[in-house]
Amino acid sequence: MQKIEDHSGTKYYLITLKVNGDSYTRAVKANTLLVNVLREDLDLTGTKKGCELGDCGSCTVLLDGKPVNSCLILALEADGHEITTIEGLAQNDKPDKLQEAFVENAAIQCGYCTPGMIMSAKALLTRNPHPTEGEVREAIAGNLCRCTGYVNIVKAIMSAAEEQQ
Amino acid sequence: MYLPDFEYYAPATLSEACDLLEKLGPEAKVFAGGTDVLSKMKQELLFPKAIVSLKNLGGLSEIRLGNNNDVIIGAKATHNNLIDSPVLQEKYPSLCNAARQMANNQVRNIGTVGGNIVNAVPSADLPPLLIALGAKIKLVGATGERVLPLEDFFTGPNKSVIEQDEILTEFIIEEQPFTGSTYIKFALRRSGALAVASVAAAVAMEGNVCRKARIVLGAVAPTPLRAKKAEEMLTGKEITDELLEEAGSAASKESKPISDIRGSEEYRRDLVRVLTGRALRKAINEGHV
Ligand SMILES: Cc1cc2nc3c(=O)[nH]c(=O)nc-3n(C[C@H](O)[C@H](O)[C@H](O)COP(=O)(O)OP(=O)(O)OC[C@H]3O[C@@H](n4cnc5c(N)ncnc54)[C@H](O)[C@@H]3O)c2cc1C
Repeated sequence: MQKIEDHSGTKYYLITLKVNGDSYTRAVKANTLLVNVLREDLDLTGTKKGCELGDCGSCTVLLDGKPVNSCLILALEADGHEITTIEGLAQNDKPDKLQEAFVENAAIQCGYCTPGMIMSAKALLTRNPHPTEGEVREAIAGNLCRCTGYVNIVKAIMSAAEEQQ
Repeated sequence: MYLPDFEYYAPATLSEACDLLEKLGPEAKVFAGGTDVLSKMKQELLFPKAIVSLKNLGGLSEIRLGNNNDVIIGAKATHNNLIDSPVLQEKYPSLCNAARQMANNQVRNIGTVGGNIVNAVPSADLPPLLIALGAKIKLVGATGERVLPLEDFFTGPNKSVIEQDEILTEFIIEEQPFTGSTYIKFALRRSGALAVASVAAAVAMEGNVCRKARIVLGAVAPTPLRAKKAEEMLTGKEITDELLEEAGSAASKESKPISDIRGSEEYRRDLVRVLTGRALRKAINEGHV
């Protein structure tokens, strides 16, 4: 990783992230979090910040296909990896099946936890296309809804799974 | 929440990493998954001047069979690596189940076994069962390496025998007499909650006679705690319901819980009694679950 210093002596590192299929090279400080690169440098504000301590899952993105909390990952540690955010799910302007299922099942509710929920659900359905309700609930256990509840969210994920059949 | 400034190093080899840790001294922190280090830094509980990331050290995440059927678990293996490991699923599914009871899926994808141990938190979920299975750990330092029983690693909350220049590289679980083992965690929610109390049990059964038992309690003492009196009560004995109840009561007496936000001392003691009986029964009847 290349290190550079600005005139005031602040150190930056050049990192390359593959986000939603595109490569980005950015200079970041050691203490930059992945969530901040996504939101502030790449304008991908679909990924939310909630508790910022790994409990709530609002900041969930996929790192090499696996759901992780982008608030607990240094941008430097993600160097060279593939990231998928909520913005990367639609294909040719057509929303992902999960996104459609969330709309159809009124699972968006206040909307704040939705991107994280959908990323966790996406990882689940990729790995396990026909999960049981218990498996769905376990997969989103790290994504907290604080406004309404999980009934419609679970329904939406189950219906997206059925549609895949 | 923002992080304070720090220097970042990602050495390419283990010996480089140890040398660097020795050179930088106590203000440098080893960084594996970072789920604990970053949470603490954000909450202003930890201010390392430098972070030494294990990111570039290959091979440390492997879970494999070694000589004599030893199971070797690399310290950088994540909790989900444990859950998905065919070797563990075959030999010690109980370890997969213990890992599954941790945190949430996102944290399990990043948090490592090594971090869970070196943290030395009394409520950590992996130490009790690893100790029950007699796991040894390998610590590599700037001037050499040592292997010691995990049981001898912890000295108090957030304290252990690890030296500043040492890196935990792997766990070794030797082939052993136990016919069953399990870990039971009692927490206030099924996900994302730390243990109020937990019990790991490993037993070697011959018919209905217990040849050897290990019981390790979590979250009820400054370190994971062997309930040795309870173990002795079982050794060489025919297992009966009464005996399991007595072992539970003995373990409860041996525990040294504190009262805190998650539970009172009395409640924890009673949990140990109930969970010990349950864990023993499960390990005796169901094998490594
Ligand atoms: C939301 C959330 C929920 C959690 N839930 C649980 C839970 O249910 N149960 C539980 O037990 N824990 C839980 N944890 C704590 C933590 O995630 C785990 O302990 C995890 O295993 C730590 O691993 P890590 O790789 O992230 O550690 P890091 O943060 O990288 O390191 C932790 C400590 O270990 C040291 N260290 C790490 N690896 C090594 C090594 N190989 N050699 C030497 N030193 C090393 C570091 O210097 C640091 O002191 C939770 C954490 C969060 C954020």
